[in-house]
Amino acid sequence: MAACKYDYPPAGHRELIGKSIDRIDGPEKSSGRAKYTYDMNPPGRLIAKLCTCPYAHAKVNSVDISAAQKLPGVKAVLIIQGPGTEIQWAGDEIAAVAAVNEQIAEDAVRLIKVEYEQLPHLVREEDLKRAESEGRTKPAGESTTGDPSKAFQDPDAVVSEGYYGLPVITHCCLESHGNTVEWTDAKSLKTWTSTQNVSGGPGQFGQGLRLKKVQVDDSNIETICQYIGGGFGSKFSPDRWGIEAAQLAKMAGAPVRLMLDRDTELEMAGARPSAFGHIRVAAKKDGTLTAWDSDTWGTGGVGPSGHPPLPYVLDIPNRHWKHTAVATNIGPSRAWRAPNHPQACLLTMAPIDDLAAKLQMDPLELLLKNVDLAPEILRKTYTEELQKAAELADWKKNWHQRGDKTPGHIKRGMGVSLHTWGGRGHFSNCNVIIRPDGSVTVQLGSQDLGTGTRTVIAIMVAETLGLPLDGVKVEIGDSKYPPDGASGGSTTVGGVSSSTRRGAINARDELFAAVAPSLGVQPAQLEAWNGKIQVTGDPSKSLTWKEACAKLGVKTIHATGKNPGPCELTNSGVGGVQIADVSVDTETGLVKMNRIVAAQDCGLVIDEKTAKSQVYGALIMGVCYSLYEQKVMDETLGVMLNPNMEYYKLATIGDIGEFVVHMMTGPGYDERGVIGLGEPPVISPGAAISNAVANAIGVRVPTLPLTPDKVLEALEKGAKA
Amino acid sequence: MRRKKDRPQKAGSEKSSFTRRDFLKGAGVTVSGGLLVGSAVAKAAPPPPETGFVGPGAVPVTLRVNGKIHKLKLEPRVTLLDALRDDLDITGSKKVCDRATCGACTVMMDRKPVYACTVLALEAEGHDITTIEGIGSAEKLTPVMAAFVKHDAQQCGFCTPGFVMASTAFLERNPNPTMEEIEKSLGGNICRCGTYRGIRHAVLEAAKEMKGGAHGSM
Repeated sequence: MAACKYDYPPAGHRELIGKSIDRIDGPEKSSGRAKYTYDMNPPGRLIAKLCTCPYAHAKVNSVDISAAQKLPGVKAVLIIQGPGTEIQWAGDEIAAVAAVNEQIAEDAVRLIKVEYEQLPHLVREEDLKRAESEGRTKPAGESTTGDPSKAFQDPDAVVSEGYYGLPVITHCCLESHGNTVEWTDAKSLKTWTSTQNVSGGPGQFGQGLRLKKVQVDDSNIETICQYIGGGFGSKFSPDRWGIEAAQLAKMAGAPVRLMLDRDTELEMAGARPSAFGHIRVAAKKDGTLTAWDSDTWGTGGVGPSGHPPLPYVLDIPNRHWKHTAVATNIGPSRAWRAPNHPQACLLTMAPIDDLAAKLQMDPLELLLKNVDLAPEILRKTYTEELQKAAELADWKKNWHQRGDKTPGHIKRGMGVSLHTWGGRGHFSNCNVIIRPDGSVTVQLGSQDLGTGTRTVIAIMVAETLGLPLDGVKVEIGDSKYPPDGASGGSTTVGGVSSSTRRGAINARDELFAAVAPSLGVQPAQLEAWNGKIQVTGDPSKSLTWKEACAKLGVKTIHATGKNPGPCELTNSGVGGVQIADVSVDTETGLVKMNRIVAAQDCGLVIDEKTAKSQVYGALIMGVCYSLYEQKVMDETLGVMLNPNMEYYKLATIGDIGEFVVHMMTGPGYDERGVIGLGEPPVISPGAAISNAVANAIGVRVPTLPLTPDKVLEALEKGAKA
Repeated sequence: MRRKKDRPQKAGSEKSSFTRRDFLKGAGVTVSGGLLVGSAVAKAAPPPPETGFVGPGAVPVTLRVNGKIHKLKLEPRVTLLDALRDDLDITGSKKVCDRATCGACTVMMDRKPVYACTVLALEAEGHDITTIEGIGSAEKLTPVMAAFVKHDAQQCGFCTPGFVMASTAFLERNPNPTMEEIEKSLGGNICRCGTYRGIRHAVLEAAKEMKGGAHGSM
């Protein structure tokens, strides 16, 4: 690649990029001073609560809000889904109340009388035949490549067949979904929104309000989100209840805060679609994969939710897949970190692992042997990552054939999996402002989900201007700044790195032009390095940053940067390999995490510390959905049985084991540019942990989460077989 | 809610209806049995004032938070967490599970960690309440806070104040913890982003730092 004006600095000429740097908003967070949407208390702020439907499927016959309206302290009551509306999940909104405090708002909600006509529901999808008989299924895709039936019949083919799956889980953001809204005058709305999409906020509010006959111009709406308590793909809009909050605020003439209660949060603010299926996979005796057949189904609520891309990563030459969507009366699905990939990964890597066991082959060797079935750009990555992960996990020494033969009831096992993700940077716009006093500000309508976006932006601008990290002030989290993409699909780091690199170079070049005459050189001969503007190759001819900026006189530099733009600075397509090491108690069925090793690529790493945190976090989230999480629905009542945090289980600090994370960097990786990292490492844990459990106990536990009851059931079945 | 002093009773209010949530909030602490009895009875037949029950209407409550006295008027059912966040705008303690599972609301009562979502504001009267705002600031980090930054023991940061408070209270009781003790002591706090690895290292380091004595009291 020819050198291009905006390229990232080469290795050896980087002061900050790639180093391990503390997140710049760390002190605000660890001191409890970071203000989230839930923390906003503008003067006179009311609190709003929702009256929700207790039935999974029902028609609203009547809604009587009169008693609620009369309760002292209640300032506004709004019917959201009135008579005649068909409700499709328990927890859906019927009405909203704004009152002077939380207690009165809750009392008022209890005074709302709603009459329903209950309709038949379906809330569980594991039994496909039942769903079909109730007319709840829809084809969601089918495709055939090569000749799978012939390949399966090949006398040399070794075939493994099984049933696998993973249930619906929720996002369970610690800050529930919601908004605090304030009409600052009759025409202007200010919103604090817990959102992954700050720049999109005004348009979303404006559109939603105009549909409700509240006239407001998008240009008079400001959306703010300095800190967000978790999103994971579930917070791309203010949601219907954000619009409702703004309506209530208008009615009441006071600011309103409407945050979902924990139960409503878990019932309707986002779920990851399930996937179950019967899968056959075949290989030659040497492990070369030849054929694939999958008949899968899943639910993402009433609406469609796509399908897992099967077979995952490996394009087995003869393949057939078919997916069926089951419409259920659970809350709607939302993008959950790496949509459809964790499902596809388990449904592919577990069957392949079972096939390896049938072949009595090392599954890591089998993956290495079939790496050419992966997309071309990832083959070398996977090969290196499989080798690296094997080395870090001491695979050769620790791995054994399926079933730990050592005596006793604690069995140890290891499992491997691989995954991919796109992660190209999204559209991004920034201002880079250099003032004559030397202060530097960068502004973007982006947001930091806790991934380290603020820190990455500061690193990129400081690196480009030759300044220390604290020489740059980062302003994000407000729709008044230049519009930026939503943070989803691991697109943020590539987007903001690219735009701020370009913006900072444009600003720097303006500064070079202003100071070159005083150094008696051409602007192109200058470089910004180590707090100085100096003549390249002659540091004796230099100005300090402050001296240089003083040459601006009264002029402020206001440069912009965009993505996409000249010189490609981001890319798509990363690979990762993970190895899980577990111990299973065959008397209690309890799975204990010993360790996960992860080798992950994401192109050029900007901040090693926050990058690794993304991987650690994803692995821990992976432990959660592998061992604990499930949205448990009751078919009789149609409701979620665990809409709270004691029974919607997440791992705690003692449940997670150890982690070894290796970022693939250096030649072959860095020059690809900056690629997203949020999604990829959360994909493999399900398969790696499931495979490790199978390796430990000798039988497959077919579905996640790998709870003790299921482990014992699998052991019992295995003993009978 | 039983109180030392007799207070006038506001009877027959619609807002005294008793819910499971109220029960859970009351059930976590010994002295709050009166809430259940008080409000349930109040609805049916208000007890005479001389019983010493207060509520269900708002009553004066005095809270000492981070050394400062706050005089409030709150219904007896208002939790310490809601009083801190909604009435005093002290928002470091977070509301997440709202039923004593996740620890995001952890504060100290007389230097003992408690779930503020499960303590009534009235019960906190006469106690020293310390929130995260009372132990340090972004400009003046405590050793625990500084170690959380250094070990990147936070991502979205919403669980962080609770973890910092629980860790601080733990290290005051146990200045020489093992990793196993750290894991046990912080098992009452939940993080969704997955920062536990950083937290383990941060708490170990803070313990060493505090023993060094360079930072004075927490």
